[in-house]
Amino acid sequence: MERLEYEFDGGAPVAPRNRPTLTGVLGSGNLEVLVEPADLGGRVRVEVQTAAVGFGAIWQAVLSDVFARWQVGDIRVSINDAGATPAVVALRLDQALSDHTGGGA
Amino acid sequence: MKEWNRLGQNRAARMDRAASLARGKLVAPGDTGALLARVIEPGDRVCIEGNNQKQADFLAKALAALDPADVRDLHIVQSVLALPSHLDVFEKGVASKLDFSFSGPQAARLARLLSSGQLRIGAIHTYLELFGRYFTDLTPRVSLVCAAAADRNGNLYTGGNTEDTPVIVEATAFRRGIVIAQVNEIVDTVPRVDIPGDWVDFVVQSPKPHYIEPLFTRDPAQISEIQVLMAMMAIKGIYAEYGVKRLNHGIGFDTAAIELLLPTYAESLGMRGRIATHWALNPHPALIPAIEAGFVESVHSFGSELGMEGYIRARPDVFFTGPDGSMRSNRALSQTAGLYACDMFIGSTLQIDLAGNSSTATLGRIAGFGGAPNMGSDARGRRHGTEPWLRAGREAGQDGFRGRKLVVQMVETFREHMAPAFVDRLDAWELAEQANLDLPPVMIYGDDVTHILTEEGIANLLLCRTPEEREQAIRGVAGYTPVGLARDKRAVENLRDRGVIRRPADIGIDPKLATRDLLAAKSMKDLVRASGGLYDPPAKFRSW
Repeated sequence: MERLEYEFDGGAPVAPRNRPTLTGVLGSGNLEVLVEPADLGGRVRVEVQTAAVGFGAIWQAVLSDVFARWQVGDIRVSINDAGATPAVVALRLDQALSDHTGGGA
Repeated sequence: MKEWNRLGQNRAARMDRAASLARGKLVAPGDTGALLARVIEPGDRVCIEGNNQKQADFLAKALAALDPADVRDLHIVQSVLALPSHLDVFEKGVASKLDFSFSGPQAARLARLLSSGQLRIGAIHTYLELFGRYFTDLTPRVSLVCAAAADRNGNLYTGGNTEDTPVIVEATAFRRGIVIAQVNEIVDTVPRVDIPGDWVDFVVQSPKPHYIEPLFTRDPAQISEIQVLMAMMAIKGIYAEYGVKRLNHGIGFDTAAIELLLPTYAESLGMRGRIATHWALNPHPALIPAIEAGFVESVHSFGSELGMEGYIRARPDVFFTGPDGSMRSNRALSQTAGLYACDMFIGSTLQIDLAGNSSTATLGRIAGFGGAPNMGSDARGRRHGTEPWLRAGREAGQDGFRGRKLVVQMVETFREHMAPAFVDRLDAWELAEQANLDLPPVMIYGDDVTHILTEEGIANLLLCRTPEEREQAIRGVAGYTPVGLARDKRAVENLRDRGVIRRPADIGIDPKLATRDLLAAKSMKDLVRASGGLYDPPAKFRSW
């Protein structure tokens, strides 16, 4: 297991009253994503708990692209990953952020 | 005086030696080893019928059990090495040289035997290429073939899995070679004659029915959302775009997803009757919903598939079947259809390099490639025009002079265990050095590949005018692999503006809509239901 942490400059803060949302399942090759509002001064914080060790740079690249697409702020994203590929990670994050904000990127 | 019938005289001598073992053409199973020892001579070229599916397993075991003091240095010319006994002959010293096409299940052991010097490889072929050599410089002297049933005159019924039998027997029998068939049963009258009895010398009833592998069955339950997304991109961005009607699909979940999206997603685009009507394809169970929805006009097959017999029999307008009702497949002829009469091949791969060369060879495994290099290549001898072929030709800048076959490689940018599908250098090169092969085992050459489809987009290589453009087009769909991350972002955006690279959004696809709900069948049970109960999946695919 590896634990990774990232922070991104956010965009528009999400409503603090949004309920935490959980998207995805923790099956092999998949991941679950918890999105919750947090007072982070407009920033986005991501914590990744992953079964695949040594892919920090790829996580960084995938997450930066996702949060360049989703201009959101003041959220904490917790990811529990069981070896999902970047394609699955990006798709699941898009779903999770859509679920949480109630809209599309 | 020159002797013009040495092959015939040699054949007569072999037949004389074996005569006392046979009653008519029938040889008792217990005498099989003796039969082989009497008809095979050291140094012979021998073909053991090893297909993708149907296996002459009893004869293969008998051959491997021979004493190398009697029979040795055989040169095996065989399309597929599927069973342990296919390699036992080399380990035991009965055989020493191999020419073949595919060895997927035995790939690792084949690599070990090669490195320990227990066998030499002539070449790794595509199926048609090896069959072609059966009729030139690699004609088998003795062939050990496999059929479902024989009558007392040696007429063979192959069942749905005719596969390679006609080619092997024709090459051997008409050059005074010897043909031995193992059959599941001896009957008074075969349901139909697939191989005429006077081409067959000996028949052995195998104690057990021949082994057969359900190689083309994919459980829809295992298809991922990313595969659904890629299938949507293929259908809208390539099938509908070019109007591809005649095609071949490679094996795998990627193409199974496309088959299962025809009655749903392709139907919603109004594509029924306009795409995917004529197929060179094994009878994939995943095609059942599309057939039932009226998408498919015809399917000619290389082999059959376990469990599909009843369904095929009930759909004679779609499949090629005999007067007895069962399927007649034929690998050589279906490969010919795939090469000359299909406008598209689409399949998966394991590695793609910066020139678009595609390979399934990985270190420590010599797997060969079966039919893919043949289907996945532009047939330069083709002379008939169809719209997709002509359009691909125009895109390649061959205006009105010749067309191009669409050859699509479909891969998720990372495979299991985060192995990148895009690499700077194919493992095939190192494998060629290790195994001392004449050339690296490239499955599909980059100059034959027209499109690369990943979850990130479709790269249309036909529109690339320089090697540099081609490289950036490939990097531009290679996602977060090292090859993808090293892209020149400006060049990639420029290619996107020109339509060389198309993202899902560029073809009007919202990835969030790519859910498993689009699959016309989500489980094996759904496939059975779609077939009206005619499809009877093998036990390993049943969970109920």
